[in-house]
Amino acid sequence: MNNAPRESRLGAWIAMGLGTLYFLLPLIATFEFSLRMKRGEYSFEAYKVVFGDPLFQATFGYSIVMALATIAVGVLLVVPTAYWVHLRMPKLRPLVEFITLLPLVIPAIVIVFGYLRMYNSSSILPLTGSEHATDFLLVCSYVTLSLPYMYRSVDTGLRTIDVRTLTEAAEVLGARRATILLRVIFPNITSAILSGAFLTFAVVIGEFTMASLLDRPAFGPYLQLIGANRAYEPSALAVIAFLVTWASMGLINVFGRNSRRQPNR
Amino acid sequence: MAVCHARFYFSDRQSRSLFDTRELQVSAPSPSASLPAGAGPQPRPLPLNWLGVLPFFLFALLFMLLPTAYLMVGAFQDAEGHFTLANLAGLLEPNVLNAYWISFRISVASALTGGLLGFLLAWAAVLGKLPAWIRPTLMTFSGVASNFAGVPLAFAFLATLGRMGLVTVLLRTYLDINIYSTGFSILSFTGLTLTYLYFQIPLMVLIVTPALEGLKKEWREACDCLGGSTLQYWRYIAMPVLWPSILGAMLLLFANAFGAVATAYALTGSSLNIVPILLYAQIRGDVLHNPNLGYAMALGMIVITGLANAGYMVLRSKTDRRGA
Repeated sequence: MNNAPRESRLGAWIAMGLGTLYFLLPLIATFEFSLRMKRGEYSFEAYKVVFGDPLFQATFGYSIVMALATIAVGVLLVVPTAYWVHLRMPKLRPLVEFITLLPLVIPAIVIVFGYLRMYNSSSILPLTGSEHATDFLLVCSYVTLSLPYMYRSVDTGLRTIDVRTLTEAAEVLGARRATILLRVIFPNITSAILSGAFLTFAVVIGEFTMASLLDRPAFGPYLQLIGANRAYEPSALAVIAFLVTWASMGLINVFGRNSRRQPNR
Repeated sequence: MAVCHARFYFSDRQSRSLFDTRELQVSAPSPSASLPAGAGPQPRPLPLNWLGVLPFFLFALLFMLLPTAYLMVGAFQDAEGHFTLANLAGLLEPNVLNAYWISFRISVASALTGGLLGFLLAWAAVLGKLPAWIRPTLMTFSGVASNFAGVPLAFAFLATLGRMGLVTVLLRTYLDINIYSTGFSILSFTGLTLTYLYFQIPLMVLIVTPALEGLKKEWREACDCLGGSTLQYWRYIAMPVLWPSILGAMLLLFANAFGAVATAYALTGSSLNIVPILLYAQIRGDVLHNPNLGYAMALGMIVITGLANAGYMVLRSKTDRRGA
């Protein structure tokens, strides 16, 4: 009996230690490898090469724009829907929830395969016909991919506020639907929207399958191209990608914490 | 795909802010408080209500349901659009069947191993009596690592266990072990499974931690008082409560690995014959010489990931009911 806690603590430390080792080793190795570009010394040469590559700047910029567009479309699509379901159509909730979870069931490669067949240049809606239309399709595919996270975040946010009372109060004061959404609901669930947005950003920024098959010059396909042709740059890119993911997740935590502190101010 | 399950972590975080926000709302005047609850929806005619959710359903239809349905229908059609089962029969071609088999094995291996190791980590963090800072650190890191999938992950593992990777070189230099002479390769079945674990383990941690937190201390104490051993506690108390969560989580991990394209493609190119990569090659250049066989492959993927997810949902409803 006396030994039990001690024993389990030792086992826990071993498990934690091995886990830490498994998760830190690839990061250390990647970082170390990315510094080895100059023979015989450590340098940030690989990073210099990467950041100086116009293709890097172009694809990274393109993916940021796509991510922002995805977030904008996703928020405009999800927030009013989730709000309306909360307020007026609670019976639809299971159905809407089910649909938002579908992107987890249907692999991304299947969805994009469907797009290519359905929206090819000879169809009624030739969305793969021109560059701008394909960009639009890419944004829609990303909105689909991020639907589970975005909806879940917003839904959780709406659960924490009294949607009905807020709406009625605003209606009594003469506000119209759009005003209610924009000036009452949005500000009240900002932190939920932001955590959905950052998650979306983390998912979209390096996405490969959709962008590659829709043939758009995004960051994901660029990563793959560099990986197939260079030695040290891929490691530098992996470190950068890891930092971007880390930053997105960190910002979620920061905003989550802020929203908790607000009422005390 | 790896990302999604981070929601378990976030929802927890947000629900904690529930009280703060609600207090804010209550202080706002609510003139409608005298209205009977539920009186809201009645005065408006029904069709207007539907307008509010129309954009969402239209979007889901256009960019998710119809494209998928198009493929599913196409799987049962030949090039001229006539009904046929030949495409499904085509799935039994050695090349395709083999791809499904390898995919299945990699997904099972990474789900089982990832599930087990993730469970152990979560157990250590929740019940291991470790310092308090470890659990939130592990959760945050798991959120990041489960999102760190795709192409960069492949790069990281090439730099670690590739021929020139740090671990490979260190083992060869200091311990005189050449892992590549033992037949290991990062481009192989084992290599890919090992790489997938990098997002599978954190995913398992994120999903199973809430279940472990649900184990009440009193149960353990009651067991100890009655003279039960640690083994008996796990065998008769903890595991019967936990197994639906664990099994359900593993099904999710399985589906997660089965649909993943980017990591495998960046790691192995097209040298490893797994379903997503074969389908990718088929979409790019009709390597199967029959577009409708591609549809059948897509259908096969949906069926497999769909079954895994359905299993997860059934098991989850089981835990939900017990929790209620």
